[in-house]
Amino acid sequence: MAKGDPGGTTRSRRAAPRSRKSAAGNPELVQLLTPEGERIESVIGPDGIEYRVDFTDEEYRGLYRDLVLVRKLDAEATALQRQGELGIWASLLGQEAAQVGSGRALRTQDMAFPTYREHGVLYCRGIDPIMPLGLFRGVDQGGWDPNEFKFNMYTIVIGAQTLHATGYAMGITMDGKTGTDDGEAVIAYFGDGATSQGDVNEAFVWAGVFNAPMVFFCQNNQYAISEPLERQTRIPLYQRAAGFGFPGIRVDGNDVLATYAVTRTALDNARHGQGPSLIEAYTYRMGAHTTSDDPTRYRIASEVEAWQAKDPIARVKAFLEKQQIAGADFFAEVDEQARRESVHLRERVLAMPNPEPVTMFDHVYPNGSPLLDEQRTQFSRYMESFEGSAH
Amino acid sequence: MATETLTLGKALNTGLRRALENDPKVIIMGEDVGKLGGVFRITDGLQKDFGDDRVIDTPLAESGIIGTAVGLAIRGYRPVCEIQFDGFVYPAYDQIVSQVAKMHYRSRGKLNIPMVIRIPFGGGIGAVEHHSESPEAYFAHTAGLKVVSCANPQDAYVMIQQAIASDDPIVFLEPKRRYWEKGPVDLDAPLADAYPLHSARVVRPGTDVTVLAYGPMVRTCLEAATAAAEDGRELEVIDLRSLSPLDLTAAYESVKRTGRAVVVHEAPSNIGLGAELAARITEECFYSLESPVLRVTGFDIPYPAARVEEEYLPDLDRVLDAVDRSFGW
Ligand SMILES: Cc1ncc(C[n+]2csc(CCOP(=O)(O)OP(=O)(O)O)c2C)c(N)n1
Repeated sequence: MAKGDPGGTTRSRRAAPRSRKSAAGNPELVQLLTPEGERIESVIGPDGIEYRVDFTDEEYRGLYRDLVLVRKLDAEATALQRQGELGIWASLLGQEAAQVGSGRALRTQDMAFPTYREHGVLYCRGIDPIMPLGLFRGVDQGGWDPNEFKFNMYTIVIGAQTLHATGYAMGITMDGKTGTDDGEAVIAYFGDGATSQGDVNEAFVWAGVFNAPMVFFCQNNQYAISEPLERQTRIPLYQRAAGFGFPGIRVDGNDVLATYAVTRTALDNARHGQGPSLIEAYTYRMGAHTTSDDPTRYRIASEVEAWQAKDPIARVKAFLEKQQIAGADFFAEVDEQARRESVHLRERVLAMPNPEPVTMFDHVYPNGSPLLDEQRTQFSRYMESFEGSAH
Repeated sequence: MATETLTLGKALNTGLRRALENDPKVIIMGEDVGKLGGVFRITDGLQKDFGDDRVIDTPLAESGIIGTAVGLAIRGYRPVCEIQFDGFVYPAYDQIVSQVAKMHYRSRGKLNIPMVIRIPFGGGIGAVEHHSESPEAYFAHTAGLKVVSCANPQDAYVMIQQAIASDDPIVFLEPKRRYWEKGPVDLDAPLADAYPLHSARVVRPGTDVTVLAYGPMVRTCLEAATAAAEDGRELEVIDLRSLSPLDLTAAYESVKRTGRAVVVHEAPSNIGLGAELAARITEECFYSLESPVLRVTGFDIPYPAARVEEEYLPDLDRVLDAVDRSFGW
């Protein structure tokens, strides 16, 4: 699928539809592609909405390519951390479908507010995947322009960005940019642990009260570092939305098609003035929380294996093969592209220079500050005093 | 020339009105700021005239007020947030110090958060707990924030407009016990010609001691100066106006002349603004000082019950006492 704005929800497809599920079948989880690679033509969600996608073969192949590339780049970053080239890395392994599905569902005009793990969404927004590596390497604080790419900076403080997203969405309403097909919408990403934060709950209140055009996208990867979901909630997370007065829905977060369909619908509802919704993408973090984490201390191998069987990429591959949308040549070509891009990424990371120390004084204030100017001058003089010496 | 006599509160209200008129991107948001006009009526009548899109009654959620204002600022608005009382800013503290203060830096200048956070601060109105605090040091300590405080109606009128027009995020501290005090306000003077926002000002010239204050304590110090003059001592009173960045040009010049400095604030002394001022004046004016820089401050206790706040708050006598001590060195 081409970068930018894929179409896809209305076009007809050639592959034969398999089946059609009703809400009664599995009320809690919207799914359009089973772990075995079986297509479900459409699902009527518990909200009464029929979820479906109609992609061209080209678009199906594009989604597969996205998933593989994102996984490979993530693996490369993990390797770079292991070799001491990055200070830390928060891997998205296992969450590719949730990120690519939702990321591709965004339209060009939509704005995203990520956490620190949304490398897949970042990729879908057309941002050079090197960008977050600068942050984790410690040479910058993430170098992309949030306004240009409509993808805000990574947010480390859990949940803080959900309020920024809500305010931004309120601004869209105030600008009169909702109510039409080319209206704008906002998506805020956060994890299951984040749902315990005050800010996220305040964001729910605000978005509801102001009917903000936004989608809360929770990737429930089952753990907040070591703490399982039961430490955050005693009801399914998507059900929380009801208490704030807007719809919530759970989607199979390892199913790129369902994630796409659900997110596209929620965003379109938002842009048409129907207000916020909460999506719980039910998924699993296959690796460690970050490279500093040891998941063997708090979870068992059999659990990981069970989720392995639901792998988001394997099922798309199985589907493409079964439907003869793609063959061995295509898969080999995608693997080769992923390999090339990861090598390229590695080369560029190694070449990333450290910033000039004096630049740490830049951009503290738009209008500057005399006290800071004084410190910068003193610092420069101090650094110059070493010139010529082997410091 | 339209010079009118206004209370400090009404001057703020008029300044906010001007800002709303001059820039359609300015919005006011906070708890009860709409129909009620705020618990101190500082936003009185603004929602009626500018609509509930421009003057927004928010849910009762301080982190939400600041956090959504960050998003609105990214979207191109200029939010002016009212925190109802000083003691209720803490639920928003994380958003202010971790998000508002750092967005510009983290984005390497690509995002501006031109936000004003208005906080009625300080004691002296006989309130219950959490309604009389002086949180300025928390914010002045945070890089990326600017902190100012007005002390008279003219400054209130001008400084609030300057703060709103500035692209820097600004914590704007309003001396709540001075809301009802009146003074002349020149409503027509162009903003462009106004005294710079981040500059201190000598509000009473003198030759014997330099007294540094801001916000509610400026008036106290002026009263002390009047009393001291009767005893033959001339205090030079400086209204700092900007707490971050600090403008100490006038203070250094003054201390080099007087040889003595007394810093006055309501906040507790420990690690407070007075410590910073004393350190800087000592570094800069060491050879001119006749005695150590002295501090007159609140005590290092939680703000006490209202019936003893008069004892807690620095008053004229404590300022004069410090002046005496400075001379007794
Ligand atoms: C306010 C805050 N508290 C604690 C942390 C440390 N921390 C970083 S990630 C994390 C767990 C987050 O879990 P979740 O929201 O489920 O997201 P996930 O990392 O699983 O995607 C914690 C506790 C933080 N970054 N921010």
